[in-house]
Amino acid sequence: MRDDQIRVLIAKPGLDGHDRGAKVIARALRDAGFEVIYTGIRQTPQMIAAAALQEDVDVVGLSILSGAHMTLCPKVVELLHAQGQEDVLVLLGGIIPDEDAAELKAAGVHAVFGPGTSSSEIIAFIRAAMAGG
Amino acid sequence: MPKSAPTQQLIDGLLEGDRLALARAISRVEDDAAEAARIVRGVFAQTGRAHLIGVTGSPGTGKSTLVSALAERYRAQELTVGVLAVDPTSPFSGGALLGDRVRMTGHSGDAGVFIRSMATRRGTGGLARASADAMLLLDAGGFDRVIVETVGAGQAEIEIASVADTVVVVEAPGLGDEVQAIKAGLLEIADIFAVNKADRKGAGRTVAALEMMLETGGAAAQAVLHHGQRMEMEAAASETDAEEGWPIPVLETVAVSGGGVDQLRDALERHWAWLEGSGARSAREGRRLGHMLQTLVQAEVLARMERTLLPGLRSDLVEGMMRRQIDPYSAAAEMVKKLSG
Amino acid sequence: MAEIIGNPQASRLRTRHASRKLSALKRAWQTSTLDPAVKRFPERQERFTTSSPSIVIQPLYTPDDAPSSDEAAEEYAQKLGFPGEFPFTRGVQPNMYRGRLWTMRQYAGFGSAEESNQRYHYLIKQGQTGISVAFDLPTQIGYDADHDLALGEVGKVGVSISSLQDMRTLLHGIPLDKVSISMTINAPASILLAMVIAVAKEQGVSLDKLRGTVQNDILKEYIARGTYIFPPAPSMRLTTDLVRHCASCLPRWNTISISGYHIREAGSTAVQEVAFTLANAVEYVQQAVNAGLDVDHFASQISFFFNAHNDFLEEVAKFRAARRLWAKIMRQRFKAADPKSCRLRFHAQTGGSTLTTQQPDNNIVRVTVQALAAVLGGAQSLHTNSKDEALALPTEKAVETALRTQQILAAESGVGNVVDPLGGSFYVEWLTDEIERQASEYIERVDEMGGALQAVADGFVQREIQDSAYATMRAIESGAQTVVGVNKYRSGASPAEETLRVDEAVQKERVTALAALRSNRDQDRADASLRRISQAARTTNEPLMPLFIDAVECEATVGEICDALRTEFGEYQPSSWV
Repeated sequence: MRDDQIRVLIAKPGLDGHDRGAKVIARALRDAGFEVIYTGIRQTPQMIAAAALQEDVDVVGLSILSGAHMTLCPKVVELLHAQGQEDVLVLLGGIIPDEDAAELKAAGVHAVFGPGTSSSEIIAFIRAAMAGG
Repeated sequence: MPKSAPTQQLIDGLLEGDRLALARAISRVEDDAAEAARIVRGVFAQTGRAHLIGVTGSPGTGKSTLVSALAERYRAQELTVGVLAVDPTSPFSGGALLGDRVRMTGHSGDAGVFIRSMATRRGTGGLARASADAMLLLDAGGFDRVIVETVGAGQAEIEIASVADTVVVVEAPGLGDEVQAIKAGLLEIADIFAVNKADRKGAGRTVAALEMMLETGGAAAQAVLHHGQRMEMEAAASETDAEEGWPIPVLETVAVSGGGVDQLRDALERHWAWLEGSGARSAREGRRLGHMLQTLVQAEVLARMERTLLPGLRSDLVEGMMRRQIDPYSAAAEMVKKLSG
Repeated sequence: MAEIIGNPQASRLRTRHASRKLSALKRAWQTSTLDPAVKRFPERQERFTTSSPSIVIQPLYTPDDAPSSDEAAEEYAQKLGFPGEFPFTRGVQPNMYRGRLWTMRQYAGFGSAEESNQRYHYLIKQGQTGISVAFDLPTQIGYDADHDLALGEVGKVGVSISSLQDMRTLLHGIPLDKVSISMTINAPASILLAMVIAVAKEQGVSLDKLRGTVQNDILKEYIARGTYIFPPAPSMRLTTDLVRHCASCLPRWNTISISGYHIREAGSTAVQEVAFTLANAVEYVQQAVNAGLDVDHFASQISFFFNAHNDFLEEVAKFRAARRLWAKIMRQRFKAADPKSCRLRFHAQTGGSTLTTQQPDNNIVRVTVQALAAVLGGAQSLHTNSKDEALALPTEKAVETALRTQQILAAESGVGNVVDPLGGSFYVEWLTDEIERQASEYIERVDEMGGALQAVADGFVQREIQDSAYATMRAIESGAQTVVGVNKYRSGASPAEETLRVDEAVQKERVTALAALRSNRDQDRADASLRRISQAARTTNEPLMPLFIDAVECEATVGEICDALRTEFGEYQPSSWV
């Protein structure tokens, strides 16, 4: 009997406390049938990586509105890879300028979702990535 | 290590203390019953060392915060801790929001604490089907203390008593007029009561109510415990005697500030020593393993029934019941007869 | 008029009779005219609500729905009153903007103190009448710019201030006896205020002339904004300590700006914004009273901060309802005798979460409508968002347009020439009543839980807001709620806007400056000032403000002072979320 579930970690790295977006996305993913682990705010990259490992998630979703993404996101990716989780899908949501998005994708972030992205778009992206991987 | 790593690699890894292997083994156990069998077979000999602690109680009592504070107190004694935090699966979407980690952020960066969130999926009684297996894996992974926290939906979550050596029932003042544990039918399974949020108004009353309940209803409560257990099997007979001599403590804690948590840890340690010294531990372990056996047998029997019986028999019998041509007992007997014959 | 006052009994009977007649007429209109028309041409929606789903609106409001229907004069006096008088429904000043216009105050700050100082001088030159300081996240959470957790965050969402020297630079050339200083600072509010006091002393400005505001509203940080440091009890002690200090030393300083703004941004409805803000306010006043302060001694220094959102008439009614409800609470619950204690004065900011990255020019229009609602609702000061704020910190150009929007409303639209022009609108009066009623119900529920502190600790407030936020997201994604340019009336990709970027070099600069500060200061003096803070923190009620002023003058930093307090108070651990 198989009972596969997609597990997603939703985390807010850095000091930004505006978690409305992270929380509504967490709920939307739950309602799409995913198991969503929410870490809360003020997470360091180390905390996020440790949670991703213990929870053995398929997806790590980061939400950043404070402008600290260029410092924090590459660090999360680097730590995930270093601990053997190269196959985890890393998504970023928030206010991310286009040129930064391009650079982050090169650093291993799989997708960047800006303000106004619908949850169904994110859900579809995860499903497609999981089916393909 | 890729997600598709061979099972044996996961088993070897987790026994050597590789945390990613442990994490991935737990996922396999959750996702796939056949894998669960293989993995548990591979690690079972290395289990039985950890003190298995169940923490249950109504919503709003502060279980997660208390578990986190408790883990911290264990770490102060250099004991390692595995935590399994169970949250409900949505019956509508099959998804789940697992938020207990929010209250356990203090342990990040400490390799001596491993926290795993788990959705109930199709499990019952405030636990997941895979909870007991995951506890075995944490045990085999070398953690000294393994704490499982139930959903805490306010319903009778007495199955916790079938997977843990020691059950802590968490209570808090101000959640209503009556003691929640009584309402939820948890009184009978407690080895330790923790009245959390004890700095709030009404804590004294809650403690007094519990103590009175234990004094007057002690014997009755014990009796209910044993009849309340679904799993009695052979271990149950000797157990009643062995259980005597543990006075159930009612402790006051304030998890957010750490108040009283040392005393809770000490009470857990005392209970663990008492289980060992009194022989109750082996009685409980027998009960626990018996329960596990029964659960697995039930699952296997049901699965075999689905596989081997004529696909139409079940619906035929149900239809017969609806027409009142056959009663439920006779229908069940007929199915079982087909299976054994 | 004389007759009504002379014989209220008779007039009440007469108006009641008239009202019955009117409702009969309205029913007749509904059956003979409205219903057939709707049958032929169905309405756009089955059910109309304001942005708060709990408020269902009818197609038409008549005197029957407004308080002026019965007992006209008496009810007017009781429910609306005259501007500048209890219950202040129509405004807190007798002639409102005919006297002084609202303060145009653009929230600004980024990068280093020098850069922010330049932006303030620019804004003052453009006609802005007060400054509003945005701090970066490390400052707001009490970490110096050289702390590990500050990495990547220094100067990003506001200015980085670690030491008195930084504050001196920030306020350079700004006359503190003339320009009021508003600071969005909460957990370490006392320390930043101590710095302003120290700079004022250096400028030779007497403290009774010092005007400004610290946000100092920790409850909404636990609820919605997340820049908390300490657990609730010591946080409330810091709040009360600051209130006490200002009541005796800084009479013109607003000691706390109780904020519904962030509650709304987190996704609440208008009703929830009023309800939870006032419930928090009740908690602060209660705590100060419990600490032995006389309500009339400090209440006039409390101010509020609300969101100006999209649903225009609902927003106007919201401000009016909040004013009336607060006046009643202060008089009835806290027995305030001074009418000034009952006045709800508020700053408004247009709703940041209503801005879209798609078709950013549309944001100018949204901001205009929202700003108009704030003005018609009687705001004392206003920040208008810039069109590019959904993308980044605003550019100077975008800020200028936002400020011009306020200036056009003030100088050209004429709306400031009369007090409460929407007062007496059947719909607006009905809606004001309805928001007050629903908000009062929420406040009662919070009271039953034991007050706002308890309701927040139990996660009740957070859950209510999250439910609303999720419902809004679903409504937008299903198309039930329109967002122009996002889920309807979309056009091709917008050309990339020019945005402001904070130089990553700011952090390095700040780290170097801090190292220099630490090596040049009198270390023993700084250490001694911190020890005094630790000792006082260990007591239950020893005043802290004078010690903070002393410490910043000894060049102790924000991070060092907060660390001393962290050791004594502990840190807040969030306990609930969904």
